Amino acid sequence: MPEFAVLHEKPHSFYSLYERKGELQHQTHYCPGCGHGIVHKLVARAIDELGIQNRAILVSPVGCSVFAYYYFDVGNVQVAHGRAPAVATGVKRAHPESIVISYQGDGDLAAIGSAEILHAANRGENITVFFVNNAIYGMTGGQMAPTTLVGQKSTTSPFGRNVWNEGSPIKVCELLNALDAPVYLERVALGSNKQIMAAARAVRRALEVQMRGQGFSLIEVLSPCPTIWKKDPVEAQHWVAEELVKTFPLGVVRDRTKDAPVRPASAAPPALDKIPGILGLEQDDPGPTVGGPAAREPVELAVKVAGFGGQGVLLLGEVLAEAGLASGLQVSWLPSYGPEMRSGTSNCHVRIATRPIASPLVLRPNVLLAMNEPSLRKFLPTVEPHGLVIYNGAACPADCLRPDVTLIAAPFAQLADGLGGARAANIAMLGALLEAAPVPFESQVPNVLRKLVRSPKWLEIDLAALARGRQAARQEVAS
Amino acid sequence: MKTGDRGRVDLDSEECKGCGLCVEACPPKVLALASHLNRYGYHPATYSGEGCTGCGICYFACPEPGAIVVWRLKAEARPVAQAA
Repeated sequence: MPEFAVLHEKPHSFYSLYERKGELQHQTHYCPGCGHGIVHKLVARAIDELGIQNRAILVSPVGCSVFAYYYFDVGNVQVAHGRAPAVATGVKRAHPESIVISYQGDGDLAAIGSAEILHAANRGENITVFFVNNAIYGMTGGQMAPTTLVGQKSTTSPFGRNVWNEGSPIKVCELLNALDAPVYLERVALGSNKQIMAAARAVRRALEVQMRGQGFSLIEVLSPCPTIWKKDPVEAQHWVAEELVKTFPLGVVRDRTKDAPVRPASAAPPALDKIPGILGLEQDDPGPTVGGPAAREPVELAVKVAGFGGQGVLLLGEVLAEAGLASGLQVSWLPSYGPEMRSGTSNCHVRIATRPIASPLVLRPNVLLAMNEPSLRKFLPTVEPHGLVIYNGAACPADCLRPDVTLIAAPFAQLADGLGGARAANIAMLGALLEAAPVPFESQVPNVLRKLVRSPKWLEIDLAALARGRQAARQEVAS
Repeated sequence: MKTGDRGRVDLDSEECKGCGLCVEACPPKVLALASHLNRYGYHPATYSGEGCTGCGICYFACPEPGAIVVWRLKAEARPVAQAA
């Protein structure tokens, strides 16, 4: 019995299963006959053959190939539309030992990302770009691309592309060939067996340019899109070989692989602990203080206020932040609410600190003010250990307890209602906060309320609610 | 399998989307789309069972990364050429 050995099989640089969905984990999401699958295979094979799987980083685009990271078992980044060469630049400069691949379609690269590719090529970044050109926008349903052929019909050129109206197809390789820096530019196609094998060689050569450290290379692959072209896969393949190549001639456009020098290594980045010094932000610099004494107890409040829209969530945060500001602290206030203007959920992030605030986001609050049960359930797990949680309800639900945080539960809405308006529940909760976690700016709170609450009636209710909230917190802590 | 074939091809009919590019690409024309449908409603490519030369062209023409495995007769079993 003759013995056989595997000659070609699925490259190792692909995952064995694609965990994009619960089903169909062995198939790509591409249409039958799509060129992306072939280009993926050529790239993965080249990665296997060159032994660079462990240092390859693929930057995938927006477009049909947006999901490339589900297929390639390499480092992956998926980036905003057209920005792959810019992100690839950053990745390569930060990790010069890695092999960085920018994978883009023609809408991504030649339209929205035209600036990024031009400048990355002009800088001669040591990256490899695989540019899959099918002369159309595929994912969005067949709009005209910069590469659409003259006379080709698309949903946005229904009478055929007219040079006087839409301009001529952009020949990316030739355009980049006007620049000094690129090392290797070649246009290949998937229109026949011979063309596919030539494409495989070009893909590998382009990666070798990067491995040698020579600089920028781009392989443009003319690729079929049977679905949008409304052709069967075999017809579409023929159309690549017969029509696309007339506008986009195949071949090497630039080849300096023999004489291009190795790019000098960029200067080593500064050590992480040197960066604050470079930026003038020394570790123990308290930052500028306004109006307050320079030496003060450090304050580091990270507050999340959450509830239904209309409960006064944002106002509560604003009063806190204004009070901190009035006493010379660094503050930030960041509202976050859904598209619903009323009802729906709402929360805000407040930071009050003696030191400058790096980000206004509060993902790990040390104070949570939960104005309803869903907010308590959602954010309680995010509270820092030893944090403070104040909940608007007679008692916390039994399954919402955490032994490592201080929990204060009181029916603040009912308490405020007893004072003349349930809407003052937010200020009652603020009172509870000032009682439970004495903060250096508490004396400013009544002044801020006088500034922000215009109605004398509500100001009176709010001031009463503030006191009532403090009292409720005292009782709760004492019990 | 006919004795004397230099190659063999395994087609995963459940991964195949029936595009027919391998059928078109195959030089000895030993692949065809089946008359039956697979689970996803495509006519999968099938191997007639003999005549494969192990050239591997179908592998490169196929857009699915793992649908085709191409085997070739081991070097020592071949009358000419040394194992690499």
